[in-house]
Amino acid sequence: MSDVLVFVEFSDGAATKAGLQALGAGSTLAKALGGKAIALVIGNNAGELGKHGADRVLVAGGDAVGSYSPDGFARIVAEHAKSTGAAAVLASATPMGKDFFARAAAIAKCGLAADCVELKVEGGKPRAVRPVFAGKALATVEAPGTLWATLRPNVFAEVSGGSDAAPETVPVTFGPGDLKAVVKEIVAGVKGKLDVAEAEIVVSGGRGLKDPAGEGKQNWANLEALAETLGAAIGASRAVVDAGWRGHGEQVGQTGKTVSPKLYIACGISGAIQHLAGMSGSKVIVAINKDDNAPIFKVADYGIVGTVEDVVPALTAALKETLGS
Amino acid sequence: MDIIVCIRRAPTTDARIKPAADGKNYDPAGVNYDISEYDKFAIEAGILLKEKHGGTVTILTLGPSAATKEMRTAIAMGCDAAHLLVSDANHDAWATAQALAEKIKTLPHDMVLFGWNSVDNQSSATGQMVAELLGLPSVSVAVALDVADGQATVDRLAAGGNRERYSVKLPAVVTCTKGLNKPRSANMKGIMAAKKTAVPETPANAPADGVSVVKLDPPPARPEGKIVGKGAEAAVVLAKLLREEAKVI
Repeated sequence: MSDVLVFVEFSDGAATKAGLQALGAGSTLAKALGGKAIALVIGNNAGELGKHGADRVLVAGGDAVGSYSPDGFARIVAEHAKSTGAAAVLASATPMGKDFFARAAAIAKCGLAADCVELKVEGGKPRAVRPVFAGKALATVEAPGTLWATLRPNVFAEVSGGSDAAPETVPVTFGPGDLKAVVKEIVAGVKGKLDVAEAEIVVSGGRGLKDPAGEGKQNWANLEALAETLGAAIGASRAVVDAGWRGHGEQVGQTGKTVSPKLYIACGISGAIQHLAGMSGSKVIVAINKDDNAPIFKVADYGIVGTVEDVVPALTAALKETLGS
Repeated sequence: MDIIVCIRRAPTTDARIKPAADGKNYDPAGVNYDISEYDKFAIEAGILLKEKHGGTVTILTLGPSAATKEMRTAIAMGCDAAHLLVSDANHDAWATAQALAEKIKTLPHDMVLFGWNSVDNQSSATGQMVAELLGLPSVSVAVALDVADGQATVDRLAAGGNRERYSVKLPAVVTCTKGLNKPRSANMKGIMAAKKTAVPETPANAPADGVSVVKLDPPPARPEGKIVGKGAEAAVVLAKLLREEAKVI
């Protein structure tokens, strides 16, 4: 019981970045435990996961998993958790991982350490560190048996190298008719749009940007331009979402998404305690605010005191220059 | 329709959280409590389903006796009945799910609603675990919910703002998020009714946690930051620092 099973998420036929990060974390943990990292892919060609730290690669495909199903995916992962006797079972804490991994852990009669930011081995057992209260505290947790955990995107590093593991096809033991919930269609989808919780760079707007349907129109266009320049996802404060200025999927904070990008740029956000909790795990924080007493400056690595009208377009121009050079 | 809404009593989101002397729990001194944020959308969803299809909405909570306050708030919004499974411990999602599922088995249920995530433990797992224990379909993070002919059509917020649409047979478990509805405030009539509604309390039969907290730490302090400058001219300096000092672009 020293192997680590990692569910590697795929999207459009390729492993997602978050999926490869989870595999990297699993590979590192398996080494520390003296076991193997076993990648599990559902419904896709597994590509070359051996080059990303997998010692074995299992592929479960077929009609039953043509579309995403939380109970279907959960059954497959739980079956292989059992058959491999893994000491830890991991997935990314993406919308998909957060959805079905709890069901999978329940099939295995285990708890779930959700949205972990660190894995370690203490006393020969895997332990996980996870933010609670959106990061106001960090809990170190362990399980009596197998540790089931989802891992926060952008926190764990991908690894390169490993094995020439050839994918092993594993059977799916149920048919499409056995599934309780299956995605029927994708509605209101924006293809390729990066989720704020998975983005490496987040550019967030607050009340200081003003109403996009009124005097804030240009500010939001400027924010979009800044995000585009950096390949960043847009985030928003609760005030902005509650006012209906941005979609709730973009809300960052204790009542929205907790994010840990490598760069977080807060524009016109004063920094309520709930917002600070949700983004203070970012590697580098930049704050742009006209009020030099705004609480956001207390957590920022770099601050500019100024209006979003002046600073945001100037920053976009400066970054274009820097990135171009 | 028989609707069950599972809600949690949690510290308000403006609470400052400090580890307690035992190093495993948070210090409750000075902490106020409320219905965990997303559970309010589940309560509203239950009431809306009742208004459309008839039936009852029953609130179910695992928590301390003090949670009857939050449960009465839900009744005042328009729910009909409530059961409290009494426990003072901060159980993990797996223990909570088992205790709730055991009780739900004894109650008629066409729909079981949760908030998608609690603001304190943040496991976003209890609803799905209850569904697995009861053998029911689950759809999490719902932003649209409609019921007709024994089926629920549910839109789930997936990555990058995508919506996945599911059609599931009742009974089903749905976890709710912001955007599904606008939770109502209780009116005076509701508040009076809630005062008169009994909230039966039974000791929780919660099993052991699936994951247990070994220790609780404050987050690491962030190093002192610096103000780069004022106004638009500081932007050039910032861009240079992000590239050469922070090395993040």
